[in-house]
Amino acid sequence: MTRTQFEERLFGILRWVTIAFLAVITIAPFYYMLLLSVKPIDALLLDPGSLWVSAKDFTLDTYRSVLRPTSEGGQGFLRMLVNSALVALGTVVLTLAAAVPGAYAVSRLRFFGGRHVSALFLAVYLFPATLLAVPLFVMFARIGLSGSLVGLAVVYIAQTVPVSIYMMKNYFVTIPYSIEEAAALDGCTRLQAMRRVILPLALPSLMATGLYVFMIAWNEFLFALLFLAADPDAWTVSLGLQQLANGIEVPKTVLMAGSVVLTIPVVLLFFAAERLLTEGLTSGADKS
Amino acid sequence: MSTETGGARKRRTLTTGQRENRAGLAFVSPTFLVVLVVVIVPILWTVLLAFQNARLVDIQGMGLFGNWSLDNFGKVFGSAGFWSSLGTTLVYTVGSTAGSVLLGLVAALALRRPFRGRGLLRGSMLLPYVAPVVAVAFAWEVALSPQYGIVNEWGAKLLGWDDPIAFLSTRSYEVDLLGLHFDIPLALLTVIVFEIWRYFPFAFLFLLARLQAVPDGLEEAARVDGATPTQRFRHILLPQLMPVVALLCVLRFIMTFNKFDDVYLLTGGGSGTDVVAVRVYDFLTARYDVGAAAAQALVLAAVLTLLLGIYFKFFAKKVQEEA
Repeated sequence: MTRTQFEERLFGILRWVTIAFLAVITIAPFYYMLLLSVKPIDALLLDPGSLWVSAKDFTLDTYRSVLRPTSEGGQGFLRMLVNSALVALGTVVLTLAAAVPGAYAVSRLRFFGGRHVSALFLAVYLFPATLLAVPLFVMFARIGLSGSLVGLAVVYIAQTVPVSIYMMKNYFVTIPYSIEEAAALDGCTRLQAMRRVILPLALPSLMATGLYVFMIAWNEFLFALLFLAADPDAWTVSLGLQQLANGIEVPKTVLMAGSVVLTIPVVLLFFAAERLLTEGLTSGADKS
Repeated sequence: MSTETGGARKRRTLTTGQRENRAGLAFVSPTFLVVLVVVIVPILWTVLLAFQNARLVDIQGMGLFGNWSLDNFGKVFGSAGFWSSLGTTLVYTVGSTAGSVLLGLVAALALRRPFRGRGLLRGSMLLPYVAPVVAVAFAWEVALSPQYGIVNEWGAKLLGWDDPIAFLSTRSYEVDLLGLHFDIPLALLTVIVFEIWRYFPFAFLFLLARLQAVPDGLEEAARVDGATPTQRFRHILLPQLMPVVALLCVLRFIMTFNKFDDVYLLTGGGSGTDVVAVRVYDFLTARYDVGAAAAQALVLAAVLTLLLGIYFKFFAKKVQEEA
């Protein structure tokens, strides 16, 4: 057997081993989450190693208990879901409202400082969130925005606008300028051309960016912890889950149901628009 | 006459340029405003706070300036555990960065050629990256629990572990291997493994995109010339991938160095996992010592800048040359 044959056979086998390994490590934790969320805590304590749930044990009470409002003895996750959705959707809308004109300007217009804008905004990520946390904490306490979802959304917008501009800029430059010139000849002003020509063409990029922003806002934890921890009515799902997981009163399987509830919206959105998102994120990576 | 028209034309071209300039500025101003208020001003304020004696109670009535002191930095550098915490941060960052990029590379190579179910696997491999950190950290915590976790149960059943292992609260775990005695920082290692698991999809995504853009002809030619798979990887693929690998390493290094959520959620910063980001949070919320927290955050940012500076000075050029 030559070295080439040997290597080809070896890597042929290793490839499948790797694929199996990757499938297990990525899917197993989520299967485990789902599995524990549909069994009573006794079943978990009795046999922690079990890989399935028997029909006798199967229950959806965990979900009922986690979603019911606290006044009825539940954990109030329904309310937290509403909070999370409000913050995330508000962030998406406002971020896009700021980022679309920004990305357009960076990709099309020549203006003072225009070429440094994206570099400047990307520098935002060089600074640790913890560095911002201290003054923002104090600032928000001063103007009475701590404990409010609005304040949280403002922070999320600032965290997501730069990367949104970057993602959309990469898409805008692929739209031929001549289309816009044609619109201008037909009497469109710049704003009209943007609304009627550029936006419809950039819709895929807009959706991918919006989705990415939604995920960041929905998943975020540190700022929610800093601003909302003292105010249970304003908790987002992430924060609520973490706060309850610290205690010992709530059974782990109920909290696992909470984890599933927290994870499902993001995962559903992700699979619905996976191709859009992965292309939006990596566009440019294959050109370097 | 001629001078007049010349002047008019000049003014018109100027106004077109000016109009474009003005439109551009107007279009980026909302973004700029938000970033200014929520990012730039706070950063500058952090710098001020770091040099002041500021506690959360008296900050309300305090002016922006005054009370200058270097006490905070003295407190930061002098406090027990600062240097070890910085060391922990470095180990955590380097381990997670190298691990996630490496696993991402392996994954990208394995999924390069089409096979049945590749699309599905590719999608689900991104799950750790897109799922909420609180949810996955909780799942890991339960799975690794010594009382009711699946990992210890199977470890005892299959690998014959005598006692359940508390992965997330064991500072150092004694291992005897071939008569040699080791202490491994188990909690820190577990956190690093979690970080690798969560972020290898990120590296995978970018590396796969780059891999698929490598022209087939290159590899074909090498194959015809009798290059073995390892040789083709070393001499054809790797040089093509190197710029992306370098970029990913820098990105992941920055992100992990400042990372708070993952460590805080898994261990709360105990058992030898006290990275600086978690210490900043502790100073802020447990001691209400805003000045010391700000100074600590500033030191962290300075260390990161220094490391990046070293990287770009000595290594960035080398990578470019190799590529």
